[in-house]
Formats: sequence, structure tokens, C-alpha cells
Amino acid sequence: MAKKTAAIVGSGNIGSDLMFKIMRRSKNLEVKYMIGVDPASDGLARAARLGITTSAEGVDWLLAQDELPDFVFECTSAKAHEANAPKYKAAGIHAIDLTPAAVGPYLCPVVNLDALEDVLNVNMITCAGQATTPIVAAVSSVVPVDYAEIVASIASKSAGPGTRANVDEFTETTAKALEEVGGAKRGKAIIIINPVEPPMIMRNTIYAAIPAEAAEPGGLQDKIRAAIDEAVAKIQDYVPGYSLRVEPQFDAAREDWNGNGRVGVWVQVKGAADYLPEYAGNLDIITAAATRTADLLAERMDAVTPSTPVGA
Amino acid sequence: MTPTTDTAAQNLSVRLTDTTLRDGSHAMSHKFTEDHVRSVVRALDDAKIEVIEVTHGDGLGGSSFNYGFSLTPELDLVRAAVDEAKNAKIAVLMLPGLGTIHDLNQAHEAGASVARIATHSTEADVSIQHFQHARKLGMETVGFLMLSHRTTPENLAKQARIMADAGCQCVYVVDSAGALILEDVSDRVSALVAELGNDAQVGFHGHQNLSFGVANSVYAARAGAKQIDGTLLALGAGAGNSPTEVLAAAFERLNIHTGVDVHGVMAAAEDVVKPIITRMPIMDRASIMQGYAGVYSSFLIHAERAAERYGVPAWQILEEIGKAGYVGGQEDMIVDVAVQLASGARVA
Repeated sequence: MAKKTAAIVGSGNIGSDLMFKIMRRSKNLEVKYMIGVDPASDGLARAARLGITTSAEGVDWLLAQDELPDFVFECTSAKAHEANAPKYKAAGIHAIDLTPAAVGPYLCPVVNLDALEDVLNVNMITCAGQATTPIVAAVSSVVPVDYAEIVASIASKSAGPGTRANVDEFTETTAKALEEVGGAKRGKAIIIINPVEPPMIMRNTIYAAIPAEAAEPGGLQDKIRAAIDEAVAKIQDYVPGYSLRVEPQFDAAREDWNGNGRVGVWVQVKGAADYLPEYAGNLDIITAAATRTADLLAERMDAVTPSTPVGA
Repeated sequence: MTPTTDTAAQNLSVRLTDTTLRDGSHAMSHKFTEDHVRSVVRALDDAKIEVIEVTHGDGLGGSSFNYGFSLTPELDLVRAAVDEAKNAKIAVLMLPGLGTIHDLNQAHEAGASVARIATHSTEADVSIQHFQHARKLGMETVGFLMLSHRTTPENLAKQARIMADAGCQCVYVVDSAGALILEDVSDRVSALVAELGNDAQVGFHGHQNLSFGVANSVYAARAGAKQIDGTLLALGAGAGNSPTEVLAAAFERLNIHTGVDVHGVMAAAEDVVKPIITRMPIMDRASIMQGYAGVYSSFLIHAERAAERYGVPAWQILEEIGKAGYVGGQEDMIVDVAVQLASGARVA
């Protein structure tokens, strides 16, 4: 099929990494536009050198073009996306939102894409949300999860000013996604910024409360292990640097855990270093997830277009 | 600058903040009850301690798998403390990334009047929204630069400036690992005093892992610190904190004014806290290693548990944690390190 076109709005680190990710790794997409607001932006200059149409005149310029993109990737800020979202919608453009605006539903491509009906605007949660909701969803596909908690550790150098000024929003959004996407009854998220040199590779620890019997060796526990392994394999398909540090650890039920047991999962996310360094797995996983989401949506769009043969 | 005995005559004055009911929560595995809180607050208040911190050991929202669940919801403990204190202000700790403004609002509604906001020593900018909010609520503000040994006095002063500009009224040099020794402390305090001038006070929070908690506090006071933390019986993370009752006695001998009734805090430690506690903090191989390797003190009990489960000595886990440079809040890394050590793998 013909590739779908994409516009990247926001020419900073995330936008630049996303540009390379789509160029190198997307099956169904090509980057047509890179939009910024600063004519002196390095990101715009880099995109122009690579043959991409660029503009520093913002979203209004984009929407005035004769050829509108099929997808727009919002890599600006929550506030900017809130203002832009209605415009994309009016123009019928699919919006993939990498800001915390959450105009559309939270989405992790390997968890809930098929469950969403209206996908004209989807939100990519947070980096930690992309790294942890699939694991929680895997556990809750086997047993009920009363409570899920994650600890995300990121390198100081990979924590941009937006993250630093909004750590509360980061933890609250991630916690909510553990519930809405992961399927936990209650979620909690913790983020730690570590300045060690050389910078530490992004890490995520996921703890899920599980029924007492699932914490003991046996069939249920085996099913949980298998579901986690399956989730890891699916993520590795678009984030090759995603891996378990150790085997999932099961802890027997305890009174101070409301009689629940616990499974702990230790994940490392090494970035693909498409633009940002390897340690910045937190930035890599969200641009990779956004790319994968658009690739899957592109297939879905073609599947419902009458002129395209379906299910060949 | 080495403090000399001349400075003893300078009529220094500091405010002691007791954090038995926060840092001590680590040693209690977060199992303080409302009765415990009431009796400790009453004793401290009677002994004229002006600020008493009450929170989960890891601050607001700390009750979790990662740090341990509170036996009693921390807001109930804060309310009990506020109810019991006749003169003392009740403080709460929060770590941005772990607790949120929502938690701070709830603590304020529960009657807490001092917000102590803690970040790693090089990451002060994550606390800006919290300081601004705490001031808007009318709370007194204190900033904690944790693991202060991990950066230079000059850098620490720059980080203190970020907190002060955000509305922090006193920035603490926090020796979370008990790794600082004497001039390490006075150099840092002096750098902060020089940077902050009249914009904010400077404080010091010490740990006993290398046995320098009280001596470091003296160096801090002589370098210009105006607020000093302690806990009764040293109850706290790692080998414990600078003991409040020793600080009070030593400061009185050195003519550093605290306004605290020395007999009162000694009685509080002996008669009130001793019967409550389940573990006396000690300098043992694991906690000394924390000071030596620069490891966040609250990792201790988690490392001991991992040691038991995975059959690797706690001191060795902590040594590896130090090599890897993990920071406060990364308790989750302890199991990872223990499993790797148990499997014979190289860790860091």
C-alpha cells in the first residue's frame, strides 16, 4: 500500500527522535512535514536537510497546505495540544499525542489499540506508562490486580524541562494509566531522576498485587510468567532494547498487603539511539510506541477503505 | 575552615527539629501507631522542641510496595500530632516524584504547618512547583538536598539557590548516607550560607553511619546553620540520626542555644521512645558500609530483607548499590542487585 504521510509538530528532542524513528523503522509512514515555531531551530534545519518540508509558522501553516498529512504527531506541550486538537479533528487528521494533554484516550499499542473505537486522537501516556502498562495488563489478564505500583528511574540528562516542571502530572498520569490501560483497580507511580555518570539506562520496576494462590508455585503463577514473557516479546518488536533484568519475583501473601501476594518485574529500556543516546530509553519507548501506533492505525485505515483488498 | 573553640563564644543559636516520627519510621518499618505519635509529640512538646516531623519515612505517599506500607495512614498520624502539640509546629516531608501537591494539600488540611520538600542534591528543579504551592498554602518551607555528599559545595549552593528562588525558607545539607565528615559538612554549609545570604536559612540533617552525626551538626552550626535535625535515641534510617537528646546536651555545653530542655529530651528518649521501638539503630557492618560507600540510609532494612531471601550479605548488596550510584527512592534496585549477586553476575 502507499505510505501514509505524517507531520511532526514540535522540532525538539522528541520530535527529532521521532523523525528518525519513522524514517528508519516505520513500514507504513513517511515524514512529510516537520513543524516548529522557531526558524532557528536545529530540528527544523536537520529535517530540511533530509528533504522534509519544514515550517516555523506552526500548526496553522500546516493546516493551510493543499496536501494535509494523514497523521500528526504532537511533540509540543499539553497546552499546545489542547489548542491544536480541535483543529486536527476538524481537518480529519489522526492525532498521536506525545504530550500529557490526554485529549484522547490513553493508548499503549500492544495493549488497547484494538479496544478503542474512536482513534482520531490518542494519547501516548508517559514513557513510564509505555514501559509498564503492558506488564500490568499481562498480569491482570490472568488474575485480578487490586493494586499496581511502578517505579521509573531515568537518567538526569534525559529528563527535560517539561518533565522536571511537571513531575506530579507525570506520576498522576502514569498511575491512572495503570488502571485504565493496565487493568489494575488502583495504580501508583513513582519517578526517580538519577544523575549518575555515565548516565543510567532507563529502568522500570513493576509490582502487582496478586491473589495469594498466584504467588505460590503452580499453574496460575506459570500463566502469569507466560503472559509477562509474551508482553515483553511484543514490546521488543518495536523497542528492541526492552528487556527483563531478572526473572519475575513472586512474594508470598502478607497481611500488610491485604492478604495479597506480589509479583515484581524489573525492566530495562535501552534506547535505539536513533537520535538521542542509548540511555534515554524513556524517550525512545514513547517515540517507538507512537510510531507503532500510527503503523497499526494505517493498516486499519486501509483495511476499511473499499478500494483496498481486505484480508488477502 | 576548621571551627575553633573561639567560635564557641559566639553565642550561636539553632532550632532543633525532631524527626523521630518521620526518619524513625524507617527503623519501625512504618508501624507507628496513633498512641506512639501522641506520646512522643507530648514529650517533645513538653521539652520545648519547636518542630516535629511526622510522615511515612519516605515522605507523603511513601506507603507502598517499594518502601513499605504504613500500619496507620500517615494523615491520621499527622492529625494526632497536631492535636497533641501545644506549641510545636508539625512538619511533613515530601519527595517530588513520590508524593504530589495533592498529598501536600491533604497534609495541610490535617494541620501540618511546615512543608519539607526533598530532592536529590543535584535535582532541585523538580521541587519548584511544590515550594510555590506550599508557600501559597501559607506553610513554612524547608528544602532537603539529599545525598549532599554526591556533589561539590559549589554545586550544592547552586541547587540551594533554585530552592530558595522557588520559595524555600531554609535549605538543608542532608547527609542521607551518613557519608560526610566534619569539613565536608562545614564547607557545604558555608557555601550555602554564602549563596543564600538573607534569602533563606541553612540547615543540617545528619546520620550516624560513620558516627559523625553530632560532631557534623556542631560543624554545621559553627558554619552558620540555623536548623538542625535529630531523632530521639537516634531512631532512624541506617545507623540512625544525630540523637536529639545528645544534640541538645552537646549544644548546651558548647553554648549553642537551642531553647530545648535537655532533661526533657533525655526523658523523652529513655521513657517514651525506648519502650516503643522494635529495633535500636546500630553501627554494624551493613550500616557502616552505607556511610563508607555513600548509600541512602533507608536502603538498610530493605537490603537486610533481600539478604535473607537471596542469601547474599546486606553489606555486599549495599556496597554494589554504592558503586552503581543509586539515589534515594531507588529501593527497587536492591532486589535487582541481590538477585544478580546471588547468581554470581557482575552487577555494576
